[in-house]
Amino acid sequence: MKNIELLSTKIRKNLLKITYSSKSAHIASSLSIVDIIATIYSKFMKKNKKNIFVLSKGHACLAHYCLLYEFGYIKKKTLNTFGKNGTILMSHSSHKVPGVNLSTGSLGHGLPVSTGIALSKKITSNSGKVFVLLSDGELNEGSNWESLLFSAHNNLNNLVIIIDHNKIQSLDFVNKTMKLDPLKKKFSSFGCKVLEINGHNHKEIFNSLKNTSNKPLVVIANTIKGKGISFMENKVLWHYKSPNFDELILGLKELKK
Amino acid sequence: MRNLFIDTLVKEARLNKKIVLIVGDLGFNVVEPFKKEFPKRFFNAGVSEQSMIGIASGLSMNGFHVFVYSIANFPTFRCAEQIRNDIDYHNLPVTIVSVGSGLGYGNLGYTHHGLQDYALMRSFPNTIICSPSDNYELKNSLKYLFKKPQPSYLRLDKSLDLNLKNSKNNLIPGDWNSRDKHKNSKKLVLSTGSTYNDCKNFLKKKKNSLYNWYSIPMWGMKIKSNQFKKLSAFNEIITFENHIQDGGFGSWINEILSVNISRKKFFVQNKFINSNVIGKVGSEKFLNKLYGPK
Repeated sequence: MKNIELLSTKIRKNLLKITYSSKSAHIASSLSIVDIIATIYSKFMKKNKKNIFVLSKGHACLAHYCLLYEFGYIKKKTLNTFGKNGTILMSHSSHKVPGVNLSTGSLGHGLPVSTGIALSKKITSNSGKVFVLLSDGELNEGSNWESLLFSAHNNLNNLVIIIDHNKIQSLDFVNKTMKLDPLKKKFSSFGCKVLEINGHNHKEIFNSLKNTSNKPLVVIANTIKGKGISFMENKVLWHYKSPNFDELILGLKELKK
Repeated sequence: MRNLFIDTLVKEARLNKKIVLIVGDLGFNVVEPFKKEFPKRFFNAGVSEQSMIGIASGLSMNGFHVFVYSIANFPTFRCAEQIRNDIDYHNLPVTIVSVGSGLGYGNLGYTHHGLQDYALMRSFPNTIICSPSDNYELKNSLKYLFKKPQPSYLRLDKSLDLNLKNSKNNLIPGDWNSRDKHKNSKKLVLSTGSTYNDCKNFLKKKKNSLYNWYSIPMWGMKIKSNQFKKLSAFNEIITFENHIQDGGFGSWINEILSVNISRKKFFVQNKFINSNVIGKVGSEKFLNKLYGPK
């Protein structure tokens, strides 16, 4: 787990630097998923090439791109072009980037497509799991609930749905926008196995994701939006804002601790 | 056409294990032969078109050629962004099949009238539209799609069962299928979809007897480039479609002609379903008589 700790810090540092240089948005949404994706790639993707990862909350793609750089899919030179004119690294997930399966950015697409990938594995008796990471605000989209009905009905126990529950969506806090609670009950009533974890604890993330049952697995990962940089944590503002130079230096200092 | 579609799909699925059929809780008395013979490759996604298209995309990413079956506007407008982002942008082998083109479900009202689907589907750069006007064109469209699975939209008439004389075997997208030829005439009728009777009624008038008549069963944005050369052999062009004018087949032809306007000028007329039909109810025959292409 120590390696994942180090990996997560590396990703957060690059995330901060590139958001600063590209003046892009969504740094807080990206920071909240770092520990989750670092664990998925270190523990599940690296060892089993049949596992698939889909980032449904495509606006957090920079975290994914920084991780793909660490795993050798993207060169540093390419990573530094993020969000700039003519780049392949647009500010939402793009399937034109090596290691990315699905272009996302419009919410509510990742889970239906992942459901189809999981179904195709069932038809062909192909092993491996499909890990799909959604935001909590994304759960407003009805297409997710349509697909949950389908995946539970078809016993897609190779489908692992992770909710980045950072409790802030675009304009406001989730519970001030449209209440999701009781979230755990909602998922279990749809026929899924549901676990609730600390989405920044690598051991908890690992233990939850390796769970097996005869149902689709939903892991509600309680996270902090902006995790790792104190002045960005739990603030709606950092869904949009990019750091200025002073904030960059301050943020990097915090990440060095 | 519906039954011919399923029969052809079943025959192909016997040979090709990559064929999968997903239905949106529709297709009673149509899809059963496929379900019976291939229960592991048949799925009912329920009444959930957005999810259905996403699931079809995921299946096709792993090599399946997925056919999605529904009626009217449900597998197109209801899930337009899923078609745009998931199927078309990723260039995936999914064929969306919609039954009840034009006013086929006349008595069921505007919600079930397929009047604007060309406008939506032809705005996707990788998608080809298959709008066969008879059984032969349907079989040919499927034959092509089986051979070259790609983003595609198969638009079927609800009850048409026509076997016309056809000019070509192995039609490919952009091909013109000849219905009537007049060697020395520069006049042209171009049709697509279920418009046989409308074209016939037009052509049986004495003053219209010298028109060449072709149908184009497979078309779309990526098949525009090879059309002007064929069109330029004529001076007068009349298009027929069972869709409103805006964004339809006639508009497609008009766009091809307009970008080449400096090369040649044509007399062009579009025949289409009048949008005054919106909100009107009646049988297909009744509505078509009042609002159909003429």
